[in-house]
Amino acid sequence: MLSTSPAFKENARKAINDAGLQKALARTKPQFHGKRAKAVAGLPEFERLRDIGRDIKNHTLAHLDFYLETWAANVERAGGQVHWCASADDARAAVLGICERVGARTVTKGKSMISEELGINEHLEQHGITPVETDLGEYILQLRHEPPSHIIGPAFHLNREDWEESFRRAHTDLPADRVFHERRDILTEARAKLRARFLAADVGITGANFLIAETGSSVIVTNEGNGDLTQTLPRVHIVLASLEKMVPTLEDATNMLRLLARSATGQDFSVYTTFSTGVRREGDLDGPEEYHVVLLDNGRSAMLGTEFQDMLRCIRCAACMNHCPVYNVVGGHAYGSVYPGPMGAVLTPTLIGVDQAGNLPNASTFCGRCESVCPVKIPLPKMMRHWREREFERHLTPATVRTNLALWGFVARRPGLYRLVTRIGAGALGWLGRRRGRLSRLPFAGGWTAGRDLPAPEGDTFFARYAREQRGKGGRA
Amino acid sequence: MSAETDAGRATILGAIRRHLHRGPLPEDQAAMLRARLAAHPRHLIPARSRLPRAGQVALFIANVEKEFGSVARLPDASAVPAAIADYLAQQNLPSEFVVAPHPELQAIPWAERPLLKLRTGRAEASDLVSLQQGFAAIAETGTLMLPSAPERPTTVNLLADTALVLLRASRIVGAYEEAWDLLRAERIDAMTGGFMPRNVMLVTGPSRSADIEQTLELGAHGPRRLHILLLDDDEEARAAPDAAAPGISAP
Repeated sequence: MLSTSPAFKENARKAINDAGLQKALARTKPQFHGKRAKAVAGLPEFERLRDIGRDIKNHTLAHLDFYLETWAANVERAGGQVHWCASADDARAAVLGICERVGARTVTKGKSMISEELGINEHLEQHGITPVETDLGEYILQLRHEPPSHIIGPAFHLNREDWEESFRRAHTDLPADRVFHERRDILTEARAKLRARFLAADVGITGANFLIAETGSSVIVTNEGNGDLTQTLPRVHIVLASLEKMVPTLEDATNMLRLLARSATGQDFSVYTTFSTGVRREGDLDGPEEYHVVLLDNGRSAMLGTEFQDMLRCIRCAACMNHCPVYNVVGGHAYGSVYPGPMGAVLTPTLIGVDQAGNLPNASTFCGRCESVCPVKIPLPKMMRHWREREFERHLTPATVRTNLALWGFVARRPGLYRLVTRIGAGALGWLGRRRGRLSRLPFAGGWTAGRDLPAPEGDTFFARYAREQRGKGGRA
Repeated sequence: MSAETDAGRATILGAIRRHLHRGPLPEDQAAMLRARLAAHPRHLIPARSRLPRAGQVALFIANVEKEFGSVARLPDASAVPAAIADYLAQQNLPSEFVVAPHPELQAIPWAERPLLKLRTGRAEASDLVSLQQGFAAIAETGTLMLPSAPERPTTVNLLADTALVLLRASRIVGAYEEAWDLLRAERIDAMTGGFMPRNVMLVTGPSRSADIEQTLELGAHGPRRLHILLLDDDEEARAAPDAAAPGISAP
């Protein structure tokens, strides 16, 4: 996918004025928040499971080489093959190589963000192989030539009329005047169309939510069952997995699974949680004859031992974006990257460079909700701050921002001056807003006051009030 | 293994070790990690499934129903043909179905219901109804554990519009970890020498999607209906009143 992250500000402006997107966001936001809250409230142990989840991932990352080697040996024991791919190019070549070797014409696909990261669909199409997305959301996006706008609800930004219009345009063999009475009719049509694709496919490609070292398994989590049909029916199954998906044992994976669905969709457990281990066994009546895992690094190993290592704990539940006030206003496409929202703001600069993605870690109010809902407690705001620091160090920050930061720094390093300036500022703003208690216009802050009022200070600075209260306390003590 | 893969492997492992500021793990540390894998310690198990047998069965049933599945409790295997015939009639479905080649399913006295038409084997896309054998089930979330085997094909879990599963109440456990223990204890995989079959599906309710306007619709690509035939072979659990699961509120 071509990144439009450098145009984030322009993208965001468009998104705010996109009536269809705003309708979708208004519909979705209460669901994003309410469902997780209800699921978490139903499990009193949830907070402790989060700590355990964080510790499992930290333990695994500290010994990642050991667990990868153990896992790979177990994959091979089960008749599978691991393709170690340091770069996106290596991974694309590995996938294409397998497809060409087996003479694949069509490939069905389960939902995979790694596939988006690699641009697998475009790559296969360029070589005459037809990829077919089978997750309902991904399917319509493929029909519309759009990237996903959310990592687990890729088409949440579409409204029912978009679905009907795309289906009429794509399924031209069906009567043009057919009526979609309910959403169910749209689903039924997709099911029938895709059933034929599942049966005809030569290769099935899925992602992986987890890799398990103990057993050499890959795990996928779906509600539709499309991932299972994708990996069961064709002769060849290819798993796309980045190396941080590793966990040591089934018990470790189980702890992560108790966190994943609750954080993602607010379900206690997804409908299908499936563990795949190698090829069809002797006597089995179904299942693939070849099992490949394309193991992708693509910059992740370089995050180890740095201030970004914690990001590798991410289990891609999307809770951070679901609860992000910025994402809830601009949606996913504005980020212009494969991974949107807070997790994307941290991960994207490592994938495409902070020079390209510098806007993303700046698109945050640092309210901290992302970290507060993260099932593995990734300090997302802290890491966005690290990216801002790197951006500043590399002189990528715009000149006006740098000048203002320098000015602020000059004042902030001089406590006497700082107090004087803030006292004058707070006094002046308090005087200006003395009647209404708020300010609707402010010089240099038109962008901020265009959408809301600034509450007027009450004429006093924090320092002054704090000093007064300390004196009061001292008197009593 | 190809030369490219060998090079890729060395590159990736080398990069990991370089960034972790160490070489390959010393033998004593590797031995500790191998011991952790061998012991596969359990973590915190939520208290909700720690119940007497009858409570676990009731919790399982309540969770299946919460997730839009249904359960029929039957005294023994001889009641299965009539229960299936009744269910299919009730749902207005044809009395034809594919049956997994599991001995437990083959032993059912099908002849008592000559109008039921059975085919034994894996499922095909044209099958409307399928019957699978449940290896175990997890009360914590109303989840079935269905490991693949010659007698338990994966397609039987997936392709039909209506999935029936025969489950013994004695195979309902509280937490996922207990189901893993059953798998570890009872299965040997001839290919790996381990216990994992090619595929283990944990199934919680019928297939669904909320991709269209975040509105839940059942029957996306997998079964639209999941109906569990629960054999009451557990003395202690039989005391369970039908829908009195503690700690579960109706959806």
